[in-house]
Amino acid sequence: MKNSREVWITGIGILSCAGEGIVAHAPSNQKNFTQTDTTRFSPYCVHPLCTVDFAKQIVKTSEQKQMGLWQRTGVYAAGLALADAGLTDQPALLERTNLVVAAGNGERDCSFDSKVLGAGTCGAAAPAQLNEALLTGLRPTLYLGELSNLLAGNISIVHHATGSSRTFKGEEISGVSAIENAHRRISSGQSDLFLVGGALNAEREDLLLGYELGRTLWAHPYKSVWSRKADGGGFIPGSVGAFLVLEAREHAQARGRKPYARVCDVATDRCRRQPGEATRTLQNLFDKLGVPEGALAVMSGASGAEPATSEELEFLQGLEDRNYRVAIRAHGAWLGHSVEAHFPAGVCLAALALASGQFFEPSDEKSVEAPFEAGEVPHVLVTGVGHWRGEGLALLARV
Amino acid sequence: MSSPFKDARGRPLAAVTGLGVVTSLGRGKDENWRKLTSGCSGIRPITRFPTDGLRTTIAGTVDCIELSVQTSATRTMEMAGVAAAEALDEAGLPEADFPGPLFLATPPAEIEWPQRRRIYEAALGSADKGYRRLVAAARAGDFQDIADESQFASAAIYLANRFGTKGLPVSVSTACASGATAIQLGVEAIRRGETTAALCIGTDSSVQLEALVRFSLLSALSTRNDAPQAASRPFSRGRDGFVMAEGAGALVLEDLEAAVGRGAPILAIVRGCGEMADDYHRTRSKPDGSAIIGAIRRAIEDACIAPDDIDYVNAHGTSTPENDKMEYLSLSAVLGDHLQKTPVTSNKSMIGHTLSAAGAIEAVFSVLTIQHGVIPPTINCDDPDPEIPMDVVPGTARAARVRNVLSNSFGFGGQNACLVIGAYDGVK
Repeated sequence: MKNSREVWITGIGILSCAGEGIVAHAPSNQKNFTQTDTTRFSPYCVHPLCTVDFAKQIVKTSEQKQMGLWQRTGVYAAGLALADAGLTDQPALLERTNLVVAAGNGERDCSFDSKVLGAGTCGAAAPAQLNEALLTGLRPTLYLGELSNLLAGNISIVHHATGSSRTFKGEEISGVSAIENAHRRISSGQSDLFLVGGALNAEREDLLLGYELGRTLWAHPYKSVWSRKADGGGFIPGSVGAFLVLEAREHAQARGRKPYARVCDVATDRCRRQPGEATRTLQNLFDKLGVPEGALAVMSGASGAEPATSEELEFLQGLEDRNYRVAIRAHGAWLGHSVEAHFPAGVCLAALALASGQFFEPSDEKSVEAPFEAGEVPHVLVTGVGHWRGEGLALLARV
Repeated sequence: MSSPFKDARGRPLAAVTGLGVVTSLGRGKDENWRKLTSGCSGIRPITRFPTDGLRTTIAGTVDCIELSVQTSATRTMEMAGVAAAEALDEAGLPEADFPGPLFLATPPAEIEWPQRRRIYEAALGSADKGYRRLVAAARAGDFQDIADESQFASAAIYLANRFGTKGLPVSVSTACASGATAIQLGVEAIRRGETTAALCIGTDSSVQLEALVRFSLLSALSTRNDAPQAASRPFSRGRDGFVMAEGAGALVLEDLEAAVGRGAPILAIVRGCGEMADDYHRTRSKPDGSAIIGAIRRAIEDACIAPDDIDYVNAHGTSTPENDKMEYLSLSAVLGDHLQKTPVTSNKSMIGHTLSAAGAIEAVFSVLTIQHGVIPPTINCDDPDPEIPMDVVPGTARAARVRNVLSNSFGFGGQNACLVIGAYDGVK
């Protein structure tokens, strides 16, 4: 049953610092990518979300209030993807639409946490005070409404996509697994129609704390992901919502939909990240994909964190010795690193490049990124290397 | 001619070849089964942290796991490890070279208050306040231990390394349906022919202060603090909420043909999985039960059997007023008159609600029910809810020949997953 059916991308919903929708993220709009905010969380830089009128996708204000910003971002992007694929208000299709969502932790109430910390009420000597503070200060619905699976829950409630619902977790891995899972379920004939993606709100201090505990953030003025190694590396988080409608070719054709691109295959693994191990793992995964030799466009998910970024670059540049001429781009340098949403975002951008026939322009100061000189782009390799763990590759093709 | 290793739709059958479990009742299948069939409760007062002023002060804590650092994250990982090691031992597989992927149901990975305070106080003398100070302290200090535990991938990576599972481990959350979803992912991978084995684990150790307060503020928890063992009362008139609990369940699933080929013990077959998402409300299911009904119906259809073939239901049965009523209504809708002849019990009456782990733990108990021919009771149902006229096997375990179990899991956020687990009759 394996890989017998083609998997098409028939809908894209994306919003980021570059704006919202497919036009804002197409190669023709590249000059407007890479918006940064360097002051709000200084010394950290973030890629802030564009201005969004959430009411366009989440009509009820009461619904909006029940969601944190990451959920609103994801629900909005999901709505864009469903609309783009012609699924909005199509109950017969929506009830067969399977959700596969990549999600992280919900958002905390940072001002409440700060108040508790500042009042000294969390000391071990004063347990009753902490209990009292939590009982009176935590908003009852806030955190449970922020559970990882509630992004998917909210998508079901707002957009009525209810076929099935699975939420994957685990930082970048979750986004890679989400695309892989949907691809396998379509290609094996298990199901026809999927809404896959994730969302990140980068503009919050509790998120910065989580990643800075492992010292994985870039705490300097903006540089492209390939130029951060000398200062120890690190990622710049970006607020992104990225969703795709993946569909069996036959199913898409029967309802008259045109694809952006085809997802040929997804290959994933994990290694323990001993020196050189990530490079070798990526080489092995690449061999499974059967990528045609010649000019190869690469949409890299490199985060800028080290040593993962250097190991990935070694793998990519090593392809030059194997009859590939690689044109590497790193979308983390444009939209920021969006962790769970990062791999889906890379797939969105790769699909837009394939649909337009044009690849994105080089944009780094170290000249890692060579121009793509082979005319129309036939394939894009999308990479997803976790800043800590997990390796994945997807090959997309022009239809 | 049909293959004995495939189901009626020609898909490879997923056999259960190993089980492991940890709950508040104890460590391992033997202790758990003995206590479960004796009607013992694992619910007790919380001693792990001070409960001054809290409305609920009881839980099904797992206190039999020794750890140098007691956080939800470390307990979550260790319990899963204990359960998985037991399951691999039963399956006769090596402990560090599992021949397939890991599917793991886990709770949120969070920084808890003692850790947050530790980071805050590391910047003693800082003029900064709040998160600014926390983030600066994180950059200046060494908190790798907290970082390693608070990534969502932490538990899966730890288990993948320890047991040598293959490929990218998958961590899944469908809230209280997560454990069942992890098993479903394993069954599907085997059916698609991607692997001949999958390690499916559900683990949850959420009994920490803030999580308890959150559920408490939603009025979801029982407040029968004076009689902990009688607090979880599924299907009874006086039920007043669920009891938070901890635990882990692990199942080794294998392609039946491969399992028979290597002489593995075949404990049961996971015959069907069904799911359906609700679009009604974040905490409540649709008043007409359609999403729950849909999940149950799909599981039975997926198992290629009829509703009348179900001869025992391992219920979600949380002991909240709403769940138990909705579950009864949904079961009636699918099973019809057959429900009156079908025992329906809730393991949660004894072990509490193990949240992300519940679907996996209850699947383990469902297999044990088939193996032993004994249905564990629903305890604390001496005053049954007259609106839920079901045979809940009250108080005392019952001998019964069980061929097909329906195991229900309904998640907060509207994600429902049901499994049909069947007996194995050998190769015909």
